[in-house]
Amino acid sequence: MTASVIELIPSEADRHIAALAAVAVGLTLIETVVPLPLPGVKPGLANIVTLIVLWRWGWRAAVWVTLLRIVAGALALGTFLTPTFILSLSGGLASLLILALAIHLPRRWFGPVSLSLLAGFAHIAAQLGVANVWLMPQVSLMGLLPIFLGAAWLTGLANGLIVAFLINPKPLV
Amino acid sequence: MSWRLLTGLRAGDWAVALLGLAAIVILATQAPVLTGRVVIRQAGQVFMEGDVRLNQTIRVPGPLGVTVVEFRAGRVRVAADPSPRQICVRQGWLRAGEAAVCLPNRVSVEWGQLGYDSLGY
Repeated sequence: MTASVIELIPSEADRHIAALAAVAVGLTLIETVVPLPLPGVKPGLANIVTLIVLWRWGWRAAVWVTLLRIVAGALALGTFLTPTFILSLSGGLASLLILALAIHLPRRWFGPVSLSLLAGFAHIAAQLGVANVWLMPQVSLMGLLPIFLGAAWLTGLANGLIVAFLINPKPLV
Repeated sequence: MSWRLLTGLRAGDWAVALLGLAAIVILATQAPVLTGRVVIRQAGQVFMEGDVRLNQTIRVPGPLGVTVVEFRAGRVRVAADPSPRQICVRQGWLRAGEAAVCLPNRVSVEWGQLGYDSLGY
């Protein structure tokens, strides 16, 4: 049997995506330290990275960064393949689907804030839907939807403003 | 924090943010109340007390037959009843504070808001 050598040569784009995903994982880990009032409500700082990637490099790169962040973040936190991971994945996929449509909105009128808000709504709605159907089918969680959507509105707006500032910095004073 | 950050909002962003907020407010006012005890009585006696948030189907036997009370998605209704005029069934899903009375079968469903006894999320 001859020894076979498989050599994977990462392209420049691969390194780029890996670096951005690493930033996203870092933000995910940082925000788990912050205590929050309701389980499931998080600032979602990693979405700042997703949105910048989407804005600059397009949807495919954003999908890569998001999926790498979800899997690597779950491995780092020890939640891989647990319900937490499934919820995180369903939220991430839902927001990517919305973003695939929303990125075609005319940029003249719709900036990162719109994308951030729509992605946030999709994220939390999908998570609550999955939790309602799969995790807690006996209990109606949909009464909580306005509370979670309200939280998504706040975090989506904040993250969107941060993205808008980062991609087009201007003096703040 | 500087108000200059808000210059990052484009016309459509304002529309998305305000429409989103309006939708949330409408949902919040339309949403079923989070707590609410439902009391089912048979012939004046308490047959069962339940929470509207727990999906379940309760069968209440009465003099004419079985009245079926359905709890689903934070609401409650009488799904089936043997009474001839079907008044309590046609009432449909109850709102908080309402009651459905199936007089022939002597069953009543009352969604009274007794307030919180505990909150745990």
